[in-house]
Amino acid sequence: MGRSKFFGGVHPSYNKGLADSRAIVEIPMPEKLIVFFAQNLGVPSQPVVKKGDEVKKGQVIAESGGFVSTPIHAPTSGTIDSIGIHPSPVGVDASAAVIIPDGNDEWFEGCSAERSSEGLDADKIKEIIHDNGIVGMGGATFPTHVKLSPPADKKMDILVINGAECEPYLTADHRLMVEHTEGILDGAALFAAVIGVGRVIIAIEKNKPDAIEVMRKAVASRDGFSVEAMDVIYPQGAEKQLIYALTKRKVPAGGLPMDVGVLVQNVGTALAACDAVRYNRPLIERVVTVTGSGIKEPKNVLARVGTRFEDLVNFCGGLEGDAAKCINGGPMMGVAQYSLDAAVTKGTSGLVILRQEEVAQFVSDACVRCGRCLDACPMGLNPSALSIFAERMRFEDTNEYNIMDCIECGCCAYVCPSRRPMVHHFRRAKAEVRKLQKKAG
Amino acid sequence: MEENMEGKNPEEKPAAAPEPVAEKPVPKPKPKPKKAEVGPRFVVSSSPHMHDGRTVAQIMRLVLIALAPAALFSIYIFGLDALRVLMISIASALIFEAISQKIMKRPLALRDSSAMLTGLLLAMNLPSTSPWWLIVTGNFFAIVIAKQLYGGLGYNPFNPALVGRVVLLISFPVHMTARWVTNSRFGTDAVTTATPLTQMKESLATLGHIDIAVGKDAIIDLLIGNRAGCLGETSVVLLALGGLFLIWKKVISWRIPVMFIGAVWAMTGIFYLIDPTHYANPSFHVITGGLFIGALFMATDYVTSPVTKKGMLIFGAGCGVITVLIRLWGAYPEGVSFAILLMNAATPLIDRYTKPKVFGAVDTRKAAA
Repeated sequence: MGRSKFFGGVHPSYNKGLADSRAIVEIPMPEKLIVFFAQNLGVPSQPVVKKGDEVKKGQVIAESGGFVSTPIHAPTSGTIDSIGIHPSPVGVDASAAVIIPDGNDEWFEGCSAERSSEGLDADKIKEIIHDNGIVGMGGATFPTHVKLSPPADKKMDILVINGAECEPYLTADHRLMVEHTEGILDGAALFAAVIGVGRVIIAIEKNKPDAIEVMRKAVASRDGFSVEAMDVIYPQGAEKQLIYALTKRKVPAGGLPMDVGVLVQNVGTALAACDAVRYNRPLIERVVTVTGSGIKEPKNVLARVGTRFEDLVNFCGGLEGDAAKCINGGPMMGVAQYSLDAAVTKGTSGLVILRQEEVAQFVSDACVRCGRCLDACPMGLNPSALSIFAERMRFEDTNEYNIMDCIECGCCAYVCPSRRPMVHHFRRAKAEVRKLQKKAG
Repeated sequence: MEENMEGKNPEEKPAAAPEPVAEKPVPKPKPKPKKAEVGPRFVVSSSPHMHDGRTVAQIMRLVLIALAPAALFSIYIFGLDALRVLMISIASALIFEAISQKIMKRPLALRDSSAMLTGLLLAMNLPSTSPWWLIVTGNFFAIVIAKQLYGGLGYNPFNPALVGRVVLLISFPVHMTARWVTNSRFGTDAVTTATPLTQMKESLATLGHIDIAVGKDAIIDLLIGNRAGCLGETSVVLLALGGLFLIWKKVISWRIPVMFIGAVWAMTGIFYLIDPTHYANPSFHVITGGLFIGALFMATDYVTSPVTKKGMLIFGAGCGVITVLIRLWGAYPEGVSFAILLMNAATPLIDRYTKPKVFGAVDTRKAAA
């Protein structure tokens, strides 16, 4: 019995064996950290430190810029060396603080103090989650406290903890589930309490049998918790597809999971929330899978936010062979880096380095209308037509063909025999459609 | 625009990255020091960074492989004449493709094998008696007029091989329809004879009722290909095997061929039940003429057929209905080519009206109700 029956999807080579049995190791404190101020989806955080300031580990260095925003904390104690523009891992140059660690790794007052979650009400938990800068750690970096605040008219009944990790190569969530099982479940229990749901499903793809086993054992003692082994198909971990596979509920086009009464949180987010509530530990570190054929020793690295990619690569033995592509995130949706100068943010789930021969070349021949992309699209779109419209700058047509429902999973480009850069076209078209909509008011 | 994809200008690429959707514009950071100095080191492009490896050339080659048994069989039954037609056709298709691409300053793309496939398909739609100039003319119309003048592979609205065939059929009817040869391999001497569909039509006109052989032996002859016809029309069995191979390899979908053949069978079946003296047995209709090569190899041409699943069903059924209309009441004995070309013209419209259902679209309506 497979639990995967969403429409479309592809089966890329997962290559998870490179790192999935390697326990999480912590990288030694780098010589400098580059901490970006825009680390969440929504409004960027506002810096509150200046050059020369001494900061302690966990001290707020940037405050929330609004409701859909989170504070950012110093990942260690040290000095703010400079505040300036640096290449960010999402491909744009962005503002960041450069912190020179003092080596003491000394906590800010009040941080990392154990507290009982007994007696905390939902609002207090949300406040703690916000104050500790928790965002979705699957890569989307949407502020968690916002997700935990559905409008009163949305009745929630299921919490899904997303351990599908359907991106090829990445094993960070896998290792977290094996090594921090209880922490994840405690975090899940907190989320469930905040939104008042009794049913918690831990969804894990079947290619992680050890994670499924430990999770099954661990949930046995918890009421309302269950573990679902999901078929291995990309993008199983995409929210809408995951919800459909588990519950057969379809998130309405343009809608959110809360519209069908479901909240989805990544396993890493659950663990971070647990640490925040129980130990008052802000989100200043995360597990990054450094992997791929272009890296000497693939590892699951526990890295401070701000750790430069170059430091990660060196910690993993350096580049191997003709490393030609460096990806922040997984190879299906991650962002290609032009150098190793960017640094880990809260959304950096992996650093995948591919060799020349593995780098897919997208040369964009004409669409031959084979229709493979229609079979692969999990959102039921017509990527063939969309890409042709986008190419001819017929953006209103792309809107009519529901471009805004595209989740940019990349399945269409993955199967395209003409190697058309589909997602590239679609991102552009979406931006243009947003412009048109703004103009129309 | 596409040249950037290869990372020649990586500095320009970040615009494609999924920037966070800001609720208000990202405030420009105040200090604007010199741009971070970094030397491009890696290939930069939009995600995804993996590919399943399938290429257009691979797909074309699979179709060539699927057609090979029927093509080789045509040499077996029609002899070296068939080989001559095949070779002239493929060679002229490749030459026309190369010349067009040269003149139009397009990259030479013979390696995608699409011209070779067009040449092969056109050859299989010609009689073994075709003179060389007929074959070359057909390929000129197929490659230069129907394909390259429209922009090359991917842009042609009509199936190139069929355009070539139909131009020849209309311009040189004698060469295309009146010089059939059956082969001595099956016991008869090489004679000029009419195709089964022509026999049907002529008997209906002269005798007032159809006069065709529909016994078991006749049907078996039709199935294995012991009859007059174009090179590729004859062996239904080998064509079907090739088609199944393509469906198994997921090169084509079952939808167009099944609907096409099914529609021909159902429609001719209805008329057969009404009046078997005027209308032939549906099985006869299904296994004669160019139905199998048309339904499996020509109507399924990606570029000229719908991409949507529902669209494929409509397209296939439409091809079947038009084929039957022409066979039963048209001036030509065979209508497969015309039917496919007419449906090619309808393809953009079909695609437009059979947009796939977006995930979650139904529930929006329910929620609104």
